[in-house]
Amino acid sequence: MKKKSLGGALVAVPHIVWSALFIIAPLLFVLYYTFTSPEGGFTFDNILGLTEYADIFRTSIEMSIIATFCCFLIGYPLAYFIARSTERQKKIFMILLMLPMWTNLLIRTYSMMAILDDGGFLNSILLALDLAPVHIVGTKGAVIFGIVYDFFPYMVLPIYTAIEKIDRRLLEAASDLGCSNAQVMTQVILPLSKSGIVSGITMVFVPSISTFYISQKLGGGTFELIGDTIERQFQSYSTYNIGAAISLVMMILILISLAIMNRFSDGEETAGRLKR
Amino acid sequence: MQKIIELHNIIKEFDGERILDNIDLDIYDKEFITILGPSGCGKTTTLRIIGGFETPDSGECLFDGKRINDIPAYRRNVNTVFQKYALFPHLNVFENIAFALRLKKVPEDEIIRRVREMLDMVALRGFEHKNVNYLSGGQQQRVAIARALISHPRVLLLDEPLGALDLKLRKDMQNELKHIQQRTGITFIYVTHDQEEALTMSDTVVVMADGKIQQVGTPIDIYNEPVNAFVADFIGESNIVDGVMIEDGRVRFSGKEFVCVDGGFGKNEAVDVVVRPEDVDFVAPEKGMLVGTVTSVTFKGVHYEFIVDIGGFKWMIQSTDFVDQDERVGISIDPDAIHIMKKSEYSGKYGDYSSFSDELDSLSDADTVEEE
Repeated sequence: MKKKSLGGALVAVPHIVWSALFIIAPLLFVLYYTFTSPEGGFTFDNILGLTEYADIFRTSIEMSIIATFCCFLIGYPLAYFIARSTERQKKIFMILLMLPMWTNLLIRTYSMMAILDDGGFLNSILLALDLAPVHIVGTKGAVIFGIVYDFFPYMVLPIYTAIEKIDRRLLEAASDLGCSNAQVMTQVILPLSKSGIVSGITMVFVPSISTFYISQKLGGGTFELIGDTIERQFQSYSTYNIGAAISLVMMILILISLAIMNRFSDGEETAGRLKR
Repeated sequence: MQKIIELHNIIKEFDGERILDNIDLDIYDKEFITILGPSGCGKTTTLRIIGGFETPDSGECLFDGKRINDIPAYRRNVNTVFQKYALFPHLNVFENIAFALRLKKVPEDEIIRRVREMLDMVALRGFEHKNVNYLSGGQQQRVAIARALISHPRVLLLDEPLGALDLKLRKDMQNELKHIQQRTGITFIYVTHDQEEALTMSDTVVVMADGKIQQVGTPIDIYNEPVNAFVADFIGESNIVDGVMIEDGRVRFSGKEFVCVDGGFGKNEAVDVVVRPEDVDFVAPEKGMLVGTVTSVTFKGVHYEFIVDIGGFKWMIQSTDFVDQDERVGISIDPDAIHIMKKSEYSGKYGDYSSFSDELDSLSDADTVEEE
């Protein structure tokens, strides 16, 4: 028994070392910088000064919520469709879904610019067709589009897995008991894929609230997201402390939203009432 | 009695393979009907067509005389108890049972009353708030029955509902199901491969094989008057031997002539002769209509089961009299215990017990035919 637990401890050593070096230590640095001034003295000024960035926080949260919601709207039907396809089709759709993820995010963002820019590919087509060109790059819409494009596979995959797990007989049982097709969806498929929805939302919301590159390129420098602000603070040594303070607040915000999401998925385990 | 469901010339194919081949079946109101057959015979597909989960390629399905081929499952006045139950894992016992009523927006107090009623019927009072995932197989089964019956369907479909239960529980549930059916007056259409279950519970048994209906009748008819070798073998144990009908009431098999009660065959027509193991009596060899050697004896509790070699054909005989292995015995068969069937595609495939025994050497015995 004792020997076994020693072996178990040994297996965990690389993970513990890794966590200490690359997770715990950086977090401690963030904490240290947050509560010190550039000269090294203890201070709350960094945190208190964050009110200046309130607007940027609000925009970031707003845009990541919109982007996550769009991902869900597009992703859920797609996940459902793939889960209901034949085995062969499933493989093809999966490859199509993953394919863009094999390309680097920066390259994808640049190519999106090339397509959507005022003098870009899309507008040359519109002009060639004698249609009015559209101004996309530099708008919030372009940034949301970029976030959705980059992160929506992370929405589709967990939902797909959850829907695929649902026993087909449950759907037959539901229609046997009087569910129309729409009711089978709301009464059985949606509640039973809740765990997938929760992880999908988490996996899209977290990276999109802290994204920075997409907004710089597709936003055309017209507005900033919180990720951009953090990046800028860390570009000069004198503002490390402010960057750390923003990061800390961000982390706390994300932790709170994860806690809320987890409450939802916990609810799934205990059988509850039928929704009306 | 009034017909509630009629199937006319139903044909169904999957991937070019014919699963149902011209099914014609009338099901009467308030009866307990069992569709019985080996796996792959098309019994579940027949049930799924009635439930609305499959559409026949051709043919008609009528409910109360009206065509329902194109009516989706959720608008049919039919409910199903699924194999492995298919309870909703996200709902507790109460909500699983209440599911159909909630969809119909039945008032809360009526829902509570009717769910209670169902819980009483299946003896699950007090289980309302239990998680269905933690119930035993028998309890899940009861929830599934209650869930299907709460909206008072005209017809209840049961797809091998007792298949996953152990023997003792299965016997109890058989009685309970029969009881529920009689009390509610709902037509039960029950699918099983277990012949004993079919005989115990049903008013009518439908025997299926290879996508075709072989025979429809009461359990007693099916057992006593099987139409062909398949039915005779599938329902209970049967000795099926080749015979020739000399004339009405006289049949020749195993080299001897016998008096029987069946008739209506052609003169000297080749037939299959069925003799049930329990209808054969042992007598002294010199008095026997046929004489054979006992090759195996198995004690079965109520009776012994013997395999007797008569002219190279192995008969199964069940008797409370003990005869030792290797002993020569005479057997006697009453005229009304001899059942004559027309030859069919199943002739010669069933009803010989030469490969029945665990001992493989009895197989080779069958090849070396000794004439009496």
